[in-house]
Amino acid sequence: MAADSPSDSSDEPIRLIDPHVHMSARTTDDYERMAASGVVALIEPAFWLGQPRTTIGAYKDYLSSLVGFERFRAAQFGIRHYCTIGLNSKEANNEELAEAVMEVLPLYLQKEGVVAVGEIGYDDQTDLEDRYLRKQIELAKEFDMVIMIHTPHRDKKRGTSRTMDVLEEHGVDPGKVAIDHNNEETVQEVLDRGFWAAFTLYPNTKMGNERMVEIVREYGSERIFIDSAADWGVSDPLAVSKTFRLMHERGITKADIEQVCYHNALACYGQSGQIKEEDWTQPLPIDQRNLFHGNSVLRGGQTPRVDDSDSLVIE
Amino acid sequence: MPQESDSAERPTALAVLESWLQRRLTADAKGWLEEKKSTALLEDRNAYLAFALAPRKVGKADLQLTDDEFEEALAACPGWTPRGWTTDQAARLILLLAGPADCFGRRLTQLCATGDIGEQVALYQALPIYPDPAGLTARAAEGLRTNIIPVFEAVAHANPYPRTYFDEAAWNQMVLKALFIGSSLHPIQGIDDRANASLANTMIDYAHERWAAGRPVSPELWRCVGPFLDDECLADLERAWNSPEPMAREAAALALAASDLPAAKTLLASDPQLAKGIDSGAVSWSLVHETITVG
Ligand SMILES: [Zn+2]
Repeated sequence: MAADSPSDSSDEPIRLIDPHVHMSARTTDDYERMAASGVVALIEPAFWLGQPRTTIGAYKDYLSSLVGFERFRAAQFGIRHYCTIGLNSKEANNEELAEAVMEVLPLYLQKEGVVAVGEIGYDDQTDLEDRYLRKQIELAKEFDMVIMIHTPHRDKKRGTSRTMDVLEEHGVDPGKVAIDHNNEETVQEVLDRGFWAAFTLYPNTKMGNERMVEIVREYGSERIFIDSAADWGVSDPLAVSKTFRLMHERGITKADIEQVCYHNALACYGQSGQIKEEDWTQPLPIDQRNLFHGNSVLRGGQTPRVDDSDSLVIE
Repeated sequence: MPQESDSAERPTALAVLESWLQRRLTADAKGWLEEKKSTALLEDRNAYLAFALAPRKVGKADLQLTDDEFEEALAACPGWTPRGWTTDQAARLILLLAGPADCFGRRLTQLCATGDIGEQVALYQALPIYPDPAGLTARAAEGLRTNIIPVFEAVAHANPYPRTYFDEAAWNQMVLKALFIGSSLHPIQGIDDRANASLANTMIDYAHERWAAGRPVSPELWRCVGPFLDDECLADLERAWNSPEPMAREAAALALAASDLPAAKTLLASDPQLAKGIDSGAVSWSLVHETITVG
C-alpha cells in the first residue's frame, strides 16, 4: 500500500472523516496511518482519560489541549482537527468538579474548530448525570450548538431512549443532535425520532464492522455515519477506512458509502459553521501560514511519510 | 528603547488598531466590536466570550496595511511590525487593551491559558504593545516554551519584544530553539545586533551534535557564529564552506564576511565571485532564508 493520496479502485482519492476519535491518547504513527488511509478531518470529543480528573485545573488544561496542541499535531499530518467541548457523564458524578467545569465551558464553546457540545449523556444513569446532561443541553441551546450524545454501554437501549426523551423535553431540534454508539437495537428508534445515528466501530465492546455493513444494507445511509472512537483502550484508529473498504467489498453502493464515511458527519457537524469542506480543499493562506502545514511540511525537515514498516532504520 | 519623555506624544497602539479597523470593517462588525468593547469593560467573562467570537464577527482577512499604516505602527511602538495581522486579531487586541487597566494581567493570563492557536498567536505577537511590557518576560518565555510552531514564532519572529526586553540567556535560548524546532532566524528582530560570544559557542556545539548524528546543519546557524570566529571555529566553518550544498557555502561566506579574523578574509577572498556577490547584495542572509524556507 502506501501512497500520498490513497484512492479506491476507480482511482478517485478517498476522503474520509472520523467524527469521533480521541487523538490525545494516540501516537503520531496513528496520525500518519490515518492520513495515508484517506482521513482528511476528524473530531475529538472531550471525554475522560480512563481515570477521573480530580481538579478543575486538570480539566481546563485538557480542554485547552483540544483547541491547541492537538490541532497542531494533526495539522502536521495534513489532517484537520476539530473538537467538541463538554462535561462527560463519568466525571459528572463528581459534583464539585462538575460545577467548576460548567463554569469554564462557555470559555471554550466559541473557540475556532469547536463543532458541538459533547460528548455528553448517561453512563450509570445517576441523578447527577441527569442534572449535568440537562444543564449542558441548555448551554447548547443558549449558544445554538450541535450536540454529540454518548449513549451508555450498559442498559443501552433504555438509556438511549431516555436520552432522546430528555432532549425532546428540552425542545432540542433532533437534526442538531448526533446520537453516538448505536447498535442494531437502537438504530430504528433514533432514526424514527429524527436524530443523526452514529456508529462506533470499536473492537469487542461496540460495533464490529461486518455488522455495520448489514446495518447500511438494511437502513441505507440517510442520517447514518460511522466513527472509530479510538482512545487509550484497545481500539482502531483505522476503523473508518477499514469499514469503507469492507463496504465496497460487500457491495454497498458508492453513494451510500460516501454518505456514511464522509458527507453525513460533515452535514451534521457542519451546522456549527466551524467545519467546512473548504477547510481542507482550499485552506486559507492565513491558515497555511499559521497552522495548517498540509501534507508536505513538517518543519525541521521531518516530512511525515507513510511508514515503511519493514525498515529498521531510525534517522 | 522607548523613553518615558516622548511617550505622551505618541499615538497609543489601541488607537492605531482602532483606526485600522475603522477603515476596514463593515458597519455591522464595527457595531459588534463597539458593543463588546463596552461590555468587556465590565466583566471578564464578557471579554473572554467576545475574544473567542471575534473571527466570526469581524472576519479573518489580512489587514494588508498600507505603508503609512506601518509608519503609524512604528510611531506607536518602536519595532512593531504587524505584517500579516488579521482583522480578528486586531479586534481581539482592542478588546483586551480597552479593558480596565487593573484587569489586564489577569485577563492576559487566562486568555493565554485557554487560548486556541489563533488566539495565542494574536496574544503573543502583541507583547510589545501591552502596558508595562518589561514585566512580561516570563509570559514571553512561556510562549516560547510551546512546541506549537506558530505560537513560538508569534514571539520570536517579526517581534521587537525579545530584542528589547530579553536578557542574554533568554535571548540565546530563543535563537537556539528556533533552529532546533526547524524555524528560522532571519525574521528574528535584532538577530545581528544581539549576537554574542556565548551564543556563538552554543551554536558551534549544536553544529557538532548535528554532524555527529549525521543530520544537516541549518545554513542560518553560521550567522550567529561569524562575528565571533576564532581559529578553532574557523575549522568548523570550513566544513560548511566545502559543502556541496550551495546554500551552505553562501552562508559560510556571509559568516566569513562578518569576521575580522585575517584567516577568514583570506578564505573568503579565495572565492572572488562569492565575495563580490556579498558586496553587491546578490548573496545575503535574506536570500539564504528565502531559499531554505521555500525549498
Ligand atoms: Zn468517545
